[in-house]
Amino acid sequence: MIVLDLFLEFALLSFLAFGGATALLPEMHRVVVENHHWLDDTTFTHLYAIAQAAPGPNVLVVTLIGWKIAGLAGALAATLAMCLPMSVMIYLLIDRWESFAGKRWQKAISLGVAPLAVGLIFSGATLIARSAELGWPAWLLVALTVLANLRTKWHPLWFIAVGAGLGLLGLV
Amino acid sequence: MTAIAKESPSRPDLRALFLGFSSVGLSGFGGVLPFARRMLVEERQWMSAEEFNAQLGLCQFLPGPNVVNLAVLVGKRYQGLRGAVVAPVGLLAGPILVVLMLAMLYDHYGSLPLAQGMLRGIAAVGCGLLFAMAWRMGMALKDKPIFLPFTALTVTAIAFLRWPMPLVMVAGLILSGGIAYWRLGQK
Repeated sequence: MIVLDLFLEFALLSFLAFGGATALLPEMHRVVVENHHWLDDTTFTHLYAIAQAAPGPNVLVVTLIGWKIAGLAGALAATLAMCLPMSVMIYLLIDRWESFAGKRWQKAISLGVAPLAVGLIFSGATLIARSAELGWPAWLLVALTVLANLRTKWHPLWFIAVGAGLGLLGLV
Repeated sequence: MTAIAKESPSRPDLRALFLGFSSVGLSGFGGVLPFARRMLVEERQWMSAEEFNAQLGLCQFLPGPNVVNLAVLVGKRYQGLRGAVVAPVGLLAGPILVVLMLAMLYDHYGSLPLAQGMLRGIAAVGCGLLFAMAWRMGMALKDKPIFLPFTALTVTAIAFLRWPMPLVMVAGLILSGGIAYWRLGQK
């Protein structure tokens, strides 16, 4: 049963989502494209692009992946799987957070996991680049986006609009 | 205005939680956490900046979508279990409807060359935004000479060697967290 498989795979991944759903892009790609062949590379890239262009938390790329694999049930199952386990955990833990916030082991985990999260996001970017099979004009756009995003305070929507426009014109 | 209402002027009911988090979900592009902060601390003043930071601490400590976790906490704080369900549902319901509408458009028109071109362009920009996010997060790391190598190892293992993420994360956390634990003891 594909919806159940989807739920279980994504629920498992949610325990590793340090850095949010974005950090899971490489592993979601492995599960959905490489292991189960539920989607192909191009569709995966397109879904990521649609999620970028829509408002809302980054976790919505998961909703789209679920939709494409198993329709409405898939969309809801995937989203729930990604959010529910940690929501329950946090609901139960918050009253004790005060008692372990700032403990040496808690700080060590926070410090230790941060560089890994950076690596996961970076890997997600390389994965999208690879699945999209970007040519040199697209790589130029990637480089300019990085520079402009780091140097200016332009709203992300402007970047998306420019990318969409250049894509429509067939330039990237 | 009753005395109780004066004591806690900004204690939201279920409806307010739903609507407040809906506005957060629909207003943010590429990460909505700053919008959540603005709504909670500045606009509706459901919590002070210190309270926000304290609650966010646990959300960032645990894996998962931080802003969903935050909605659960804020919902629980004001309306218990029902609030903890209603707030994240409010956060996600609107954006889910929007992406599902886009998904249906994609199902119909996604194979058109124009749509493919547009999505390629957006994906390229999205890829750039991810690299920029990774760069900013990397620059914000403490003790870079010690911890940046773990970023490099993670990228090598995940992006290039394509090792399974659970293995990489557990091994990485033992090594990197172990060093952090040891260094915390030194100070």
